[in-house]
Amino acid sequence: MAKTIANYFEDLRGTRVWRSVFRSGTGSSTLHRALAVQQNVFLHLFSTKVRTRMLGFSVTWYLGTLTFGTFLILVSTGIPLMFYYHPSVPQAYADTKDLQFVVSSGLFLRNLHRWSAHAMVFLVFAHMFKVFYRGAYRPPREFNWVIGVILLLITLLLSYTGYLLPWDQLAFWAITVGSNIASAVPVVGNKVHFLMLGGNVVNANALLRFYVLHCMVLPLVAMLFVAVHFWRIRKDGGLYAHKSEPKTLVAESVPAAAERTK
Amino acid sequence: MSEKKQLVPQEATPEFNRRAFFAKLGLGSLSIAAAGTAAFAYQFLSPNVLFEPSPIVNAGKPESYPVDSVTLDMNSGIYLIHAKEGFFALSAVCTHLGCLTAWKPELGIIACPCHGSKFKREGQKIEGPAPKPLPWLQTWVSDEGDLMVDRSINIRPMQFVRT
Repeated sequence: MAKTIANYFEDLRGTRVWRSVFRSGTGSSTLHRALAVQQNVFLHLFSTKVRTRMLGFSVTWYLGTLTFGTFLILVSTGIPLMFYYHPSVPQAYADTKDLQFVVSSGLFLRNLHRWSAHAMVFLVFAHMFKVFYRGAYRPPREFNWVIGVILLLITLLLSYTGYLLPWDQLAFWAITVGSNIASAVPVVGNKVHFLMLGGNVVNANALLRFYVLHCMVLPLVAMLFVAVHFWRIRKDGGLYAHKSEPKTLVAESVPAAAERTK
Repeated sequence: MSEKKQLVPQEATPEFNRRAFFAKLGLGSLSIAAAGTAAFAYQFLSPNVLFEPSPIVNAGKPESYPVDSVTLDMNSGIYLIHAKEGFFALSAVCTHLGCLTAWKPELGIIACPCHGSKFKREGQKIEGPAPKPLPWLQTWVSDEGDLMVDRSINIRPMQFVRT
């Protein structure tokens, strides 16, 4: 009998190299599948078992996953853009123009970065509305809501810091207005304004600071909190099933909740 | 010997023994180090030297400004105004959120494009979200006969410079 692609994949999973990387072993029993998730550094954040019903579109509209998807697009388009962009006053605007008109596929990458950024802000809000109106923020998931609020703030800060980088009139005045809003904070407002811009006006220091925050600090902090956010879904008993939903779902969710309190 | 043995448990009271002392010492040191790190970070992030334009602007000869004229210098963000009473300089930076305002000669007012604040030629607010009038800036005539403006010093309004 001719081998199918699935057979070849089974052979690959039996090789020594594969076994040295993935410890869960061959086989497709429930245990093997659970181990494949549990023993993977990325997947172990998630539950080893999820009810099929919870993977349906209507439960979450996949808004959290889509938000994470836009984040991945932003990282993978942002890094190539960094190769052609100098965060300095004489070059920033010219580099932005070069990315649009000179660099191969630069226009595509820049536009993809821009539209994904808009989409991410929209999806974060949509995700929060969905969680809120579904009531999924309530105990035992209240702390994951708090992490979500932190992630909202990080998303908005990423959006804000990225806005300055093209160094055009729109960017300059938007950051002038935005940083002056920070000055309105009582007592420490002017200090915050000075530290944020690295000076009294939007200038070379501000451009460099926003660049470092946008490309380094904020994405790293975002990744950290995203990891905790995903991990908490498992720790808080999986995705939220509403009381009005079929009884079997609510009943099944009880052991998960009991496990959490151990 | 027997007396000494009896003393030992009394010295090691549960409230404050050697272990608790070192724990407190360690936590105290860490707190001081954390405060030091915060102070270090704050000082490091505050630039000591700034490469920003000087607040003092040379606005040129007074003769170049006709009577009843309002001239905006976009680079320095000031209006040089030659009124009938004399010269004065007004900050062109909106007191709301820092946008550059513009002189509207057809209306005789100063207007901010960002959020709609409007000011009279002497800086008083007409309408809009601006919390304060546009400040008058220190203005004088240099020894060379040039009009000078110091953007960092606000003065009381209606102090005109005669030449």
